[in-house]
Amino acid sequence: MDFRLAEEQEMLAEMVGQMLADTCTGADLRRLHDSGEPRDAVRWDQIVAMGLPGTMAPERDGGSGLGQVEMALIAIACGHAALPEPLVEHAGIAVPMLAAAGADLGNALSGGTVAIGHSVNPFVADADAADALLLADGDAVHLVPRDAVTLVRQPSIDPFRRLFSVDWTPASATRIGGDALLDAALDRGALFAAAQLLGLAQRAVDLAVAYSKDRQQFGKPIGSFQAVKHHLATAQVKIEFARPVVLAAAAMPASPLARTRISHAKLAATAAAEAATHAAVQVHGAMGYSWEVDVHFLLKRSLALGQAWGTPAFHRARVADHIMSAPLGSDRTFDVASVGEAAREAA
Amino acid sequence: MDLNYSPAEQAFRAEVRQWLAAHVPAQPLPDFDSSREGFEAHRAWERTLNAGGWGMVTWPVDYGGRGLDLIRWLIFEEEYYRAGAPLRVNQNGIFLLGPTLIEYGTPEQKAHFLPAMAAGDEIWAQAWSEPGAGSDLAGVRATAVRDGDDYILSGHKIWSSRAVHADWAFGLFREPGSERHKGLSLILFPLDAAGVTVQPIKRLDGKPVFAELFLDDVRVPAANRLGEEGQGWAVCMSTAGFERGLMLRSPARFQVAAAKLVDLYRRRQGSVDPLAQAAVMQAWMDADAYALSIYATASRLMAGGAIGPETSTNKIFWSELDLDLHRTALSILGAEAELTGAAPDASADIQDWLDGYVFSLAGPIYAGANEIQRNIIAERMLGMPR
Repeated sequence: MDFRLAEEQEMLAEMVGQMLADTCTGADLRRLHDSGEPRDAVRWDQIVAMGLPGTMAPERDGGSGLGQVEMALIAIACGHAALPEPLVEHAGIAVPMLAAAGADLGNALSGGTVAIGHSVNPFVADADAADALLLADGDAVHLVPRDAVTLVRQPSIDPFRRLFSVDWTPASATRIGGDALLDAALDRGALFAAAQLLGLAQRAVDLAVAYSKDRQQFGKPIGSFQAVKHHLATAQVKIEFARPVVLAAAAMPASPLARTRISHAKLAATAAAEAATHAAVQVHGAMGYSWEVDVHFLLKRSLALGQAWGTPAFHRARVADHIMSAPLGSDRTFDVASVGEAAREAA
Repeated sequence: MDLNYSPAEQAFRAEVRQWLAAHVPAQPLPDFDSSREGFEAHRAWERTLNAGGWGMVTWPVDYGGRGLDLIRWLIFEEEYYRAGAPLRVNQNGIFLLGPTLIEYGTPEQKAHFLPAMAAGDEIWAQAWSEPGAGSDLAGVRATAVRDGDDYILSGHKIWSSRAVHADWAFGLFREPGSERHKGLSLILFPLDAAGVTVQPIKRLDGKPVFAELFLDDVRVPAANRLGEEGQGWAVCMSTAGFERGLMLRSPARFQVAAAKLVDLYRRRQGSVDPLAQAAVMQAWMDADAYALSIYATASRLMAGGAIGPETSTNKIFWSELDLDLHRTALSILGAEAELTGAAPDASADIQDWLDGYVFSLAGPIYAGANEIQRNIIAERMLGMPR
């Protein structure tokens, strides 16, 4: 038992975080927004050059062969930066689906993206800039070229969420898999949404802390007032107790408990992001309610991701299914198989 | 990262489980606050635990422990609460003073105090707060005047849990004329020493769970000082770090309480407030999150890390989760919740929920009020200005 990140994992998180701190500043976000382009080509090229789309792809297919923990760390960094490009859904959900279906990954690892239409989400994100779409039709998954579907934009309050309804006709030739792919996609979608929420929550607190040191009222920085401190401390507590749930959910092999924990992670990270973004708006005062300060990018992403890949009601129902039927207790933090035969016999 | 128990850890769990199954009293002990009888029953249990080698598993073998790591401590605690074993009457000693003694004690102090503590022969109370020094602990006024090889202690301490029946106390005293964080020393004194008057204080439910201590020229050997003279603040903060951070409230306590809450909800769900289901799930998730967080902290400390401001985030989280959990239980019990266990028509578990609720009310106050913890998080973790 050792619940620590490995050194290489810490280094990966640091490297991706640094790249995004350099390329995805508030000014970069605003420039992209004004351009009307779906993505920043220079930044996306850098993301591809770092091999990030292939994070979870098998090494034999040209990927890095890394696991959910590494992908979660990347997603935390993407959330922190409010990254507009669909790295998390592409690398964390689409690529593993394609790999599991035995599809060719060449294009998906070299800059092309694949968008995902899953029944848990009403719309498909980033479909217009994708080369292809993974679309659910009942229990079946189809891989459909972008030019074979009709897209209708559904504007989101998050200026960087490009949502579309998709009109398409399933054909047997495009079917690549069944509901196992969809189940896995839902779990990864929820897990990596949780990781992004965790990252953006921390960014919101960090922005508010910086502002509170700078902004003076009554002759002192507002961050010296306890009422302001307590808003941010309360949000930080929520972040601290969402993080180990997200990491444990990412590290556990698939099991009913792991699935419950993914739902728990999504709920905890959503609550942390809500608390942190709302506290950040409040601490910024009227500036926090303006377009000029970056906080609203985080607030809007939090609104969107909190409901994507399973609403809180959906995930609460999954947690309820577990706790109302499974045995519970202090020896059940990790999967019961790992508690050991010896302990069960002793009981 | 490896979230599986090793075979050795699994074997350890099995050993703990087996021992507890054979030794935990079949009937719950009378509580340790209401009567001397209950207190002594818990002391006897501490002796039984210690005789089995389970008094304090993380301590060095030389001082009555097993020298085990923090993951094994967590496993021990998980099994301990799972077995419904008695609350630790000596928790001030074993969880708070013990680790501080191990860090700061002289070899003689360790050899004298730790085995007696592990065995339950000496049960400890804490003598920190004063009527004028609660959240502002650096405002303590009680004094220690050096007189040759002795100190003469004088002052008024308050809110000392279990001091009504305990044997010893550890307290914060200042050199006369010193101010704030300077000139403080941590000094150990017997509660039956000449000049000590112990005055019980009733908790809001009427139980004498804590006491005021009046010290009137109490003479103790200078060898009872823990750490350097005048360094008491730093020594106490190490105690406070352990208290808030890790040992005082092990996650298993809340996981077992959350499992009981789920069970209560399952039995009564037809008739409860629809909001209760969400609250029950939140309690279970929070207990789970707290456990995961402590596993992460334990792993980090085992790899050589030091405990930091997470002591404050932990304290806020467990105290608020405990309060929410018990408020939810009372809401599920509905109109029955106001009954005490003495009511002929009360269900069997009602007194436990009521006691748990009353206890949880204190959580956000003791071990550093949550407002102070939020200040610490803001200033030391987030770097906000003082």
